[in-house]
Amino acid sequence: MMRRPLPKWIDIGVMPIINIFAAFVVAGIIIALIGENPITALSVMVKGAFVYKGALGYTLFYATNFIFTGLAVAVAFHATLFNIGGEGQAMIGGLGIGIVALSLDPLLPPLLVILLAIPMAAVFGAIWGMIPGWLQAKRGSHIVITTIMFNFIASSIMVWLLAGMLMAPGQMSPETRHFAEGVGLLQIHQIANAIGIPMARSPLNLSFLVALAALVGVWVLIWRTRLGYIIRATGHSEKAVIYAGHDPAKIIMITMAISGGLAGLMALNEILGVQERVILNFTSGYGFTGIAVALMGRNHPFGILLASLLFGALYQGGAEIDFEFQTITREMVLMIQGLIILFSGALALMFHPLMERLYGMIAGPDSNTSPPKTKRAEHG
Amino acid sequence: MTQNPYSAKSNTKLPFAISMSGINKHFGLVHANRNIDLDIYRGDIHGIVGENGAGKSTLVSILYGFYTADSGTISLNGTSHHYNSTADAIAAGIGMVHQHFMLVPNFSVLENIVLGTEGGVNLTTSMTKARQMLEDLSQRFGLNVDLDAKVGDLPVSLQQRVEILKALFRNASILILDEPTGVLTPQETDQLFVILRILKDQGVTILLITHKLREIMAVTDRISVMRDGAIVAHLNTADTCAEDIAHLMVGRPVLVEKQWHQCDRGEAVVKVSDLSLNGSDNEANPILSPLDFEVHAGEIFGIAGVAGNGQSELLELLAGIIPPSGGSIDYHGQRIDAKTPASPLDIKSLGVAHVPEDRHASGIILPFSAAENTILGYEDAATSGRWNMFTSPALIHERCSGLMQDFDVRPPNPHLKSSLFSGGNQQKLVLAREMSARPSILLVGQPTRGVDIGAIEFIHHQLIAMRDAGCAIILVSVELDEIMSLSDRIMVMNNGKKMGILNRDEAEVKHIGLLMAGVK
Amino acid sequence: MADIWLQFLLTIDATLRVSTPLILCAMAGIFSERSGIIDISLEGKMLLSAFTAASVAALSGSPWLGLGAAILVSMIFSLLHGFACITHRGNQVISGLAINILASGLTVTLGIALFAQGGQTPYLSSAQRFSAIPLPFADTMRQVPIIGTIYAEIISGHNLLVWIALLSVFVTGIVLYRTRFGLRLRATGEKPEAVDTAGISVTRIRYQAVLIAGLLCGIAGAYLSIAHGAGFVREMTAGKGYIALAAMIFGHWRPVPALMACLMFGFLEALAARLQGVDILFLGPIPTDLILVLPYVLTVVLLAGFIGRATPPKAIGQPYVKER
Repeated sequence: MMRRPLPKWIDIGVMPIINIFAAFVVAGIIIALIGENPITALSVMVKGAFVYKGALGYTLFYATNFIFTGLAVAVAFHATLFNIGGEGQAMIGGLGIGIVALSLDPLLPPLLVILLAIPMAAVFGAIWGMIPGWLQAKRGSHIVITTIMFNFIASSIMVWLLAGMLMAPGQMSPETRHFAEGVGLLQIHQIANAIGIPMARSPLNLSFLVALAALVGVWVLIWRTRLGYIIRATGHSEKAVIYAGHDPAKIIMITMAISGGLAGLMALNEILGVQERVILNFTSGYGFTGIAVALMGRNHPFGILLASLLFGALYQGGAEIDFEFQTITREMVLMIQGLIILFSGALALMFHPLMERLYGMIAGPDSNTSPPKTKRAEHG
Repeated sequence: MTQNPYSAKSNTKLPFAISMSGINKHFGLVHANRNIDLDIYRGDIHGIVGENGAGKSTLVSILYGFYTADSGTISLNGTSHHYNSTADAIAAGIGMVHQHFMLVPNFSVLENIVLGTEGGVNLTTSMTKARQMLEDLSQRFGLNVDLDAKVGDLPVSLQQRVEILKALFRNASILILDEPTGVLTPQETDQLFVILRILKDQGVTILLITHKLREIMAVTDRISVMRDGAIVAHLNTADTCAEDIAHLMVGRPVLVEKQWHQCDRGEAVVKVSDLSLNGSDNEANPILSPLDFEVHAGEIFGIAGVAGNGQSELLELLAGIIPPSGGSIDYHGQRIDAKTPASPLDIKSLGVAHVPEDRHASGIILPFSAAENTILGYEDAATSGRWNMFTSPALIHERCSGLMQDFDVRPPNPHLKSSLFSGGNQQKLVLAREMSARPSILLVGQPTRGVDIGAIEFIHHQLIAMRDAGCAIILVSVELDEIMSLSDRIMVMNNGKKMGILNRDEAEVKHIGLLMAGVK
Repeated sequence: MADIWLQFLLTIDATLRVSTPLILCAMAGIFSERSGIIDISLEGKMLLSAFTAASVAALSGSPWLGLGAAILVSMIFSLLHGFACITHRGNQVISGLAINILASGLTVTLGIALFAQGGQTPYLSSAQRFSAIPLPFADTMRQVPIIGTIYAEIISGHNLLVWIALLSVFVTGIVLYRTRFGLRLRATGEKPEAVDTAGISVTRIRYQAVLIAGLLCGIAGAYLSIAHGAGFVREMTAGKGYIALAAMIFGHWRPVPALMACLMFGFLEALAARLQGVDILFLGPIPTDLILVLPYVLTVVLLAGFIGRATPPKAIGQPYVKER
């Protein structure tokens, strides 16, 4: 049976769905093995994510985190850089917010503090991303290992500061004091209720809008700017970029700075949107989820938006499952996340041959693309 | 032809060393080998010639067990063989010297030879035994190499010897060599042929894959010509000539080196003085020793030499990719030296364009569409408006369409992924891009590497046309034929030094070959 | 003075215990990466093995069964990694990451299902664990100054798996450099084409390499939960898999240098534990966080080339495809 290469819309639209489906099937099998009904679990999850009061808000709240971390990973991926350091970059972004807020909130009006804190989150995250970027670009250190190390280092720094210098006076737990009144992003249900639209309570806040703006911004950057072109070129061939007159080291550093900055913005959602103080571990593994989101979304903002919504639903639904089932906890979401990364990332091509055969069957033999290029020996 | 078609060393009594019958191989839609019938006499040096993509490498890969044929049979020395792995082929006595050496650079020569045929779990004892055997082999065949040297440190010609020893160590009675002379000077090539003749005398059957007609004529007994996946002729070397073979390879009469014509040159627009480049240990082993030359408008200046003697670095210096350590380059009077280096973008503004040697590494980005590749290095052409930051797909598409038309790039589809174009069309695209800026100076490296004959003709024609229009062209190529057929003047390089500059009418292969090998 | 000496000895003693899982995982990493397969999932495999060992030991009462099951599970996940990376030519970093995340989720989910203790396994009795093996004459030797104390405190009293870890370094060295399998494996990581054209299957060698890695990680994980510890606790690997990776890089992918690196990192961890709460004159409590973060910082410094260069096997991370 003749196989036919898949057109782009199937590659981007259908394949991810198949991969997720496979992940869910495997998860379902495991759930069945531990004695629960996978279908029930799924329905609880869906209701928990979308149907119950406030559920949608929560789902979108989680999705906001994933949009940021997903974009961070995706931007780096376009330059063929694996940014595994989203966790650390988000933490340091949160630190940035904390430093600005804590030092300026007695002096400046809340709005100004917020307006200064937002870019600080990005700047701090950018710095934390740029250091591994510099190490890769100038010293050849493999970015996967360095970003993993930097996650641990960031965590240590946070513990050291929050249990030490920045700890709220008179407290025992490692966290800062609350920011001054008003230093926090408005929650969307508050805004909605204020203008007369009834909306259930949820932590969804204005950083969601920042996330949406980031989605558009990244799309424009990668596909409609010169910098984006050079970033993509660097991802494919550093030599070609040198030939064209650019410095790949500079590009790598800029890309990691942007990537780190996006991850840093995730802190807006948690720190400014909900906590209004800096706490430990507010990143909760979302940096890694960003990797899953970027993979599923094929490193494209639209795909990332969809994948973020899916994962937001997973996390919120997972909380509901944790609540309703004795034997299943939120860790199940981690399991599904791992399976999704496995199928979308490592085994992404597993279903390709099958799909190509199916497509060949349905669509008939190919007529308009040129025959596959053979690698030719190098002689004239 | 009245004499016996088979040479005096007639082997008709013995079964054929190799007999292939009805061999077919498809790769997807491509019919790489069509119904191949090939008989090779024992003890022959048999040449297989053909263009890029004619199917030669596929055929010998089948012989070597790397691929399995879709249909057909293979007999070795009279007995039919079914093997579907390289291990089987090696066991059957077939050895192969690949075009790109299959050697582990970090391992010693001995480790490389022993790899895969260790003869036991204990490595230390295996290597001691092997050492003994290799001493014998070296003596017999005149292949001397230091067994404990790290392969990565050896010069290319010695690495090739290791490849040959590998095959002999495995008792190869049939030796296949795939494009063995691409990386050798003419003198080293002669040395290789001496070794091949020794092997032949010791009863080894040799299959030589090459596209170099001169060499085929020099060393083979019989030749098979392949075209488009099929064998179109079996010839005795003694009864044929280069032109006939070229004709058979392409299917039509080929004008071998007939494009060049006389042209008046203008003034010197490129002046290189005392240009040098230090290596990693500074002045101890310079990559380029001080060079001087000039290139005039309306002239093709060819730089000849075996790969790895500094030409690539010279080209990168000229293109602004690396800064010089000493000396200077003047383009239209603008000086570039260690204190005032230039980048590729600066060079472009001086009217210089660069077609890089390695198309796939630098010239184009394979996963990009053709359209996106036409703005590589020319991003200004993609932007409009005040800030010059945002790219416009429409502008890019239009530019690419135009270039494709002017240079007959096929298929003329700007959206198509660049990897799907043939080598010749990719190269035409690169040339089109570089010439779109109407350069007055053009740097070109290996313009026809991996390119089919039709595109070669087109590209050579374009280069000569540009020269006629007043462009100064610096041409670097490891194909001596190409240099000699296009250049007005030729500079030969060896070991980073200029060995000499010859005018076209003084240039002859033997002299250049000596210069390439470092002999003045 | 004698007290400091004793403290020092006890720290060295602890070092060996703490380094054991690092050593095993580092050797695992060496096998995998020398064959060309990046393995980030040392952490995940170790976690899964720890869980499996503790669960099986708790349910069956036998630590040997626990060890065997742990090795089996680890090798299964190695096969999964191999399947994704070798057969399907998937991205090796992503596959490793996926296994790590999957491990975190799976261990707790199954743990709760089996034991309903929030993801832990029940506390294991000494019959269900690998206990310390006192070497002969340890007690009498203790009286002998210096040598005796060293024998009694540092050498004697470790459990079987610690000795296995040290043995694994020796075995790894022999296999890599003195057997034909080792030669072929190293070649596969440097230039797989050379192996392929010599008639050896690159795929087979890589699968064998990842399976060996799985075996070693299995022992490492079992050590954590049924030798060193007394049961499985969620996320009990706590980044040790990454430190092992760092040690492997520090050791330039060679067994003995990697062992040294593991011991060094283990020493830092043991030291940090020992110095917890101890005050330096005038400066207050020693920041143990600073000591604990040292392995990570040192790895970055090494990778930055400030302490020598760390060049991985040349063909690492690239799926091998026969050219056509």
